[in-house]
Amino acid sequence: MKLTLTRRYWFAASHRLHSPRFSEEENWRTYGKCNNPYGHGHNYVLEVTVSGPVDAATGMIANLADLDPFVERHVLEAFDHTYLNEDVPAFRERVPTTENVCLEIYHRLKTFPNARLERVRVEETSLNSFEYFPEIQGS
Amino acid sequence: MIRVTRKIEFSAAHYYHNPSFSAEENRRVFGKCNNPHGHGHNYVLEVTIAGEPDPATGMVLDLKELKALLQKEIIERMDHRFLNYEVPELTGQIPTCENIAAVIWKLLAPKINKGRLERVRLYESPELFVDCMGDGQ
Repeated sequence: MKLTLTRRYWFAASHRLHSPRFSEEENWRTYGKCNNPYGHGHNYVLEVTVSGPVDAATGMIANLADLDPFVERHVLEAFDHTYLNEDVPAFRERVPTTENVCLEIYHRLKTFPNARLERVRVEETSLNSFEYFPEIQGS
Repeated sequence: MIRVTRKIEFSAAHYYHNPSFSAEENRRVFGKCNNPHGHGHNYVLEVTIAGEPDPATGMVLDLKELKALLQKEIIERMDHRFLNYEVPELTGQIPTCENIAAVIWKLLAPKINKGRLERVRLYESPELFVDCMGDGQ
């Protein structure tokens, strides 16, 4: 029986989409208002999906008492109420698009010891969401 | 292939307790969900059927029939029930979202006769859901 468990979290952060490889004009053309040098913010919604056998003793794939503090420690504490470009070291090198935010969160959570990390999905707004499935795209 | 999803809601009570654990272990593993008086949720169930639309009707399956099936198999069995005591399919299991979703899969899969059951998604709250795909991916 293939079962997955998904938990939703949220964090508020600001970012600016700007690539040092582009000229000022190219940055503006590529990223539009997201290139505003002062940055702007979102309430991001994070969905974390894990899979694995349902433990016969607990009836659970993973205990939320383990998953919640793991996500809190590895992602939410580092991302919530930050300026992603400066406060999360990975985004000093990479543009903090939500694609890259998804990948960074996946890499931070993949060591979760109690179940297999199946998917990371991030909603930037209620209209945009991004998902990372490592087995399809290659991790 | 087309996927059709129907959503229903039911309200039920449960608590988590493993009789082979000590009282202290039960509290540690299950936290406030171990309260023996139980607590409740508004469960949201999404049932997804995959198939090809019938050229005569344009439908993968008749949603009225699916609605009636969900009423009979799920709502009548689980709505306004204490899942630990009143749902025989869960006897001997802890009524976690995982186990409830698997029971729902087993109740519905043999009764879908047009298209095939692709996914059972059960929300315990807006922040927590489980997907059951049977033996598939």
